[in-house]
Amino acid sequence: MGLLEWVKQALVSYSVPAVAARRCYGKLPPPRPPRAVPALEPTLTSTLPAKPIKRKKKVNIGSWIFFAVVLVFLIGPFINGLGVVLDPSKGTTATSVVLGVLPNVLTQGLILGFVFAIIALGYTMVYGVLKLINFAHSEVFATGAVVGYEMFTILQNVSMNPYLKLTLALLVSMIIAGILNVMIERIAYRPLQGAKNKLVPLISAIGVSFLLQDLLRLFEGIKRGQFNLTYPIPVELTAPLALPEWVSNLGISLSVKETLLIGIALVMLVALNYLVNFTKMGKAIRAVAQDRQTAALMGIDSNQMIMLTFLIGGALGGAAGVLYGMQYGTVNAYVGILPGLKAFTAAVLGGIGSIPGAVLGGLVLGIIEQYLGTVPSLLGGLLPTTDIFSPLKLIGAEYKDIGAFMVLIVILIFKPSGLLGRSTTEKV
Amino acid sequence: MALLEINNLSVNYGAIQAVRNLTLEVNQGEVVTLIGANGAGKTTTLRAVSRVVRPREGSIRFDGKDITKMAPDAVVRIGIAQSPEGRQVLARQSIEDNLELGAYLRGNRPEILADIRKMYEMFPRLGERKAQLAGTLSGGEQQMLAIARALMSRPKLLLLDEPSLGLAPLIVRDIFQIIANLHTEGMTILLVEQNARLAMQASDRTYVLEAGQLTLEGNSRTMVDDPRVMTAYLGG
Ligand SMILES: Nc1ncnc2c1ncn2[C@@H]1O[C@H](COP(=O)(O)OP(=O)(O)OP(=O)(O)O)[C@@H](O)[C@H]1O
Ligand SMILES: [Mg+2]
Repeated sequence: MGLLEWVKQALVSYSVPAVAARRCYGKLPPPRPPRAVPALEPTLTSTLPAKPIKRKKKVNIGSWIFFAVVLVFLIGPFINGLGVVLDPSKGTTATSVVLGVLPNVLTQGLILGFVFAIIALGYTMVYGVLKLINFAHSEVFATGAVVGYEMFTILQNVSMNPYLKLTLALLVSMIIAGILNVMIERIAYRPLQGAKNKLVPLISAIGVSFLLQDLLRLFEGIKRGQFNLTYPIPVELTAPLALPEWVSNLGISLSVKETLLIGIALVMLVALNYLVNFTKMGKAIRAVAQDRQTAALMGIDSNQMIMLTFLIGGALGGAAGVLYGMQYGTVNAYVGILPGLKAFTAAVLGGIGSIPGAVLGGLVLGIIEQYLGTVPSLLGGLLPTTDIFSPLKLIGAEYKDIGAFMVLIVILIFKPSGLLGRSTTEKV
Repeated sequence: MALLEINNLSVNYGAIQAVRNLTLEVNQGEVVTLIGANGAGKTTTLRAVSRVVRPREGSIRFDGKDITKMAPDAVVRIGIAQSPEGRQVLARQSIEDNLELGAYLRGNRPEILADIRKMYEMFPRLGERKAQLAGTLSGGEQQMLAIARALMSRPKLLLLDEPSLGLAPLIVRDIFQIIANLHTEGMTILLVEQNARLAMQASDRTYVLEAGQLTLEGNSRTMVDDPRVMTAYLGG
């Protein structure tokens, strides 16, 4: 039989097993008898309750292939690295190199992850009460970063305890970012609350996001005349931290500011957890997130709770901006875009609407990104320059940004409700 | 002067007129029943009093104040609490949190805690399950929680929307016992029920609502035996 014929047959039969069967036996299996259509309603005579109809789950081949590709990207470099290790001609140093950087990859990944987590909280909390993705949140974060820069610049030549400077910068940017977020809700979302089409407030959010980016750029352009702003961090904060010997032997190095970042992030997470779960205000916010009407019957003013949510989320975003600027050095008006998208991904990964989910998602993404940014290119560097087709040579550090979005797609395919999220079909 | 006075109330959902020219009053200390077939507009009436729907026409006065345009939380503040239809509880929060939020507008913490303890005495099944998430409670327990939560605001007027809906006869009896107890304690209640006979037995006066309009009203004791009440139900 001609190839063309075979392809035609395959196309007609549409299914891989049928094609395989044809290849093996030379003829198509007999067509399946049509399945009896289950009665929609149990007949009146039946005394037993109708059994739920079990359907075979359809396997979506495309999504599995995609999943495999992602796995190869995420884990592949490791396996490939092992290949390098096992093949003596390619060098035996790979294991020690990878293991050597791993503790530091984890620490740096956690640092990045905490930043993502704190931004993600803003997305997830707002989603909780309004079922709206606040796309302007990335610009609230950017505003926090820029305000932090201004604060550090103002305080640069003031003789003051550097920790106090950081505290001031954090406080001021939290306040400004919080108020900004409240204003965004008031101006851009609340008037649209009655909109029948859920896309309307979403588009408004995207519009606010663009507007804020360019306002920030205008502001810094006029004020500083430059695009990239380098954080003037007090030197005391950039100094490396003296770690116990066994820790530094692991290859972990931390600066003072990194330690502060982790500490501040933890304090904020604990405080938020307390606020949301143990205070009357937090319980009322959760009530509004669950069921606005019942909350209203309890005397809870949902608009007030929504405002508080935006205030808290915005303040967290602002703080994350300062921490980000302090950690990574330069910020600009568009600094929110990528971290914002990744934090949003983290929120979806953890289960949007879930606060612990946002934290978990942030940390996981931070570690994945740090890993992808470090290990593959490191291993690639060990390969002989002639070996240009190895995936390791192809995956440079710039591929780190892909990680987050691959995770997002995989999550959307396999567990749309996220790691800790409730499935959306469930009532309540 | 009655505690609650509804005058010529009309409520629309888009083009549908759910309640038409309804006039009703509830006096201090009274239990008043509002009965009617499905879709008659009972829930809508209660929702209008709680101000979660906007009346199209008419006025609602409570305690001498016009509440027709008040915000829902202000209505709770001046003393109206509702246990809504279908046992709306905050499913992902514990019994204790639900009760605490019932007292959201009250400030005195020791008093609130004392009231929560009182609710656990009134509804022992809730007391045994303080930390359980409300969404995992049985239907009867959720109904008890919805009533207890409404009581937590220390209302002057309690609106109960079908408290016996979907409950087993024994639990229904418990619920009506609680309504009777509240009545003897002097609570004013506006009760919406499908279970007409029980509701009329538990109340002082009864209104019958048909297709958004009041058709009958009177003393519950005499109305229990009124054949017209049955007719209203059967749609004749
Ligand atoms: N949100 C809504 N949108 C549109 N129509 C509604 C809405 N809520 C109620 N209605 C309509 O208004 C009418 C009255 O409804 P309501 O819920 O007040 O009835 P009810 O007397 O409480 O009935 P039941 O005994 O079934 O609870 C019904 O025809 C209903 O379909
Ligand atoms: Mg009803």
